[in-house]
Amino acid sequence: MKHIKTLATKNLCQSAKNGGCGECQTSCQSACKTSCGIANQKCESKSK
Amino acid sequence: MIHSYKLGGMNIVLDICSGAVHVVDEVAYDIINLYEEHTREEIAALIPTKYKDNPEVTKEEISDCCDQIEELKASGQLFTPDTYEPMADTLKQKTSGVVKALCLHIAHACNLNCSYCFASQGKYHGERAMMSFEVGKQALDFLIANSGTRRNLEVDFFGGEPLMNFDVVKQLVAYARSVEKQAGKNFRFTLTTNGMLIDDDVIDFANRECANVVLSLDGRKEIHDRFRVDYAGNGSWEKIVPKFQRMVEARGGKNYYMRGTFTHANPDFLEDIKVMLDLGFNELSMEPVVCAPGDPSALTEEDLPIVMAQYEKLAELMLERHRAGKPFTFYHYMIDLKGGPCIYKRISGCGSGTEYMAVTPWGDLYPCHQFVGEDKYKLGNVWDGVTNTDAREEFASCNVYAREECRDCWAKLYCSGGCAANAYHATGSIKGVYSYGCELFKKRMECAIMLEAAKLEDDED
Repeated sequence: MKHIKTLATKNLCQSAKNGGCGECQTSCQSACKTSCGIANQKCESKSK
Repeated sequence: MIHSYKLGGMNIVLDICSGAVHVVDEVAYDIINLYEEHTREEIAALIPTKYKDNPEVTKEEISDCCDQIEELKASGQLFTPDTYEPMADTLKQKTSGVVKALCLHIAHACNLNCSYCFASQGKYHGERAMMSFEVGKQALDFLIANSGTRRNLEVDFFGGEPLMNFDVVKQLVAYARSVEKQAGKNFRFTLTTNGMLIDDDVIDFANRECANVVLSLDGRKEIHDRFRVDYAGNGSWEKIVPKFQRMVEARGGKNYYMRGTFTHANPDFLEDIKVMLDLGFNELSMEPVVCAPGDPSALTEEDLPIVMAQYEKLAELMLERHRAGKPFTFYHYMIDLKGGPCIYKRISGCGSGTEYMAVTPWGDLYPCHQFVGEDKYKLGNVWDGVTNTDAREEFASCNVYAREECRDCWAKLYCSGGCAANAYHATGSIKGVYSYGCELFKKRMECAIMLEAAKLEDDED
């Protein structure tokens, strides 16, 4: 029996190798202005 | 590091450092939580005791489940060690040193007199002031000159109420459009407004030029009008709601946020979200108030369990509406598990003081809009650039590993250490943590991930 279902997610370890282009939105800019996190930001890298 | 929780009828396990998300059955949930502290033999002895009335939980099944856990561990999807700390400074530096976003304080004045305003009725504890075109133009030139190879540049027209200085807003957009191509840049404008001055001209302009508009509405009329009043004390709800409805309709119902603030007066903020939905708004954001702890509008410890329950009910409502074909978005639940931020972003945070700065009407630079008026954090100005390099370095060194309290927190790569301004106001240090905000943030993340997991399960069915 399969006990664990793994959802498709971005591999953060892999993103350490090819991330950091900086084109993504500044997190506080988009809506909240007072309590930002970064998890809800979109990646805008062209080479992802 | 893992984080396991039960929500919405699901057992969810997050592998923090790989970003993997697992939906597991009861037995796997229990075994995963025992796994790091116990041997396989101990687990094989402990689990049957709990499941003695369940004939399906056999020795073989327990062993099979342990095998599945070990496979995931071997493939870097469970119990992944944290190897990011040694590279945290380098990672942040890779995204520092260039400025890519400015918050332009077009007007330090407001036509509303909201007592809960973090900007002290738009004046930021200073004098009333309007930004001139010359100052704004210099700010845009500063941004272009300091943006390195970044193509996408963000500019938010903020206040106070930016539409009190709308002519300058229009002139600045026209100037930016006239230079962006040659500079190899793409300006993305946003406008944050209380709605009082929205008219056809504003709607046409915003729909043509602004990638996003942030519209301030607190929900129920009595809640909104409790704080959001004009200088004669009259509520603004009746005036702004029809204007917002026209604007949103003209935008095709997209690229906006209806942004509310909840306070001690309405910890049951889901009722306000329902009012927004009833008014026809579907892209929503609802934020906890930012104010001094003694302020009457400040959220209290007694409010906390109410707010936490509201976040769960909000997720349930969103799932219900999603299944009914009437979805709506909530800013903090917009998590993209496959296409979210890379580890650089997750370690570096919001970029305040490095990638992101606020510009006052007279051209001073601050790390973000919430620091305007804090003299020690004045970074410089749009003519001379950043001259307070100590303050800039303090912000540049502010990554998720710079906060001791965040070290063992499961949410650190989702919040990136949180808001420097909230930390500063709560603890006196930008490297502190605003623990009340942390509790809310963690609950929001649990709800957001559960919501995504439930939608994926629906899609599979």
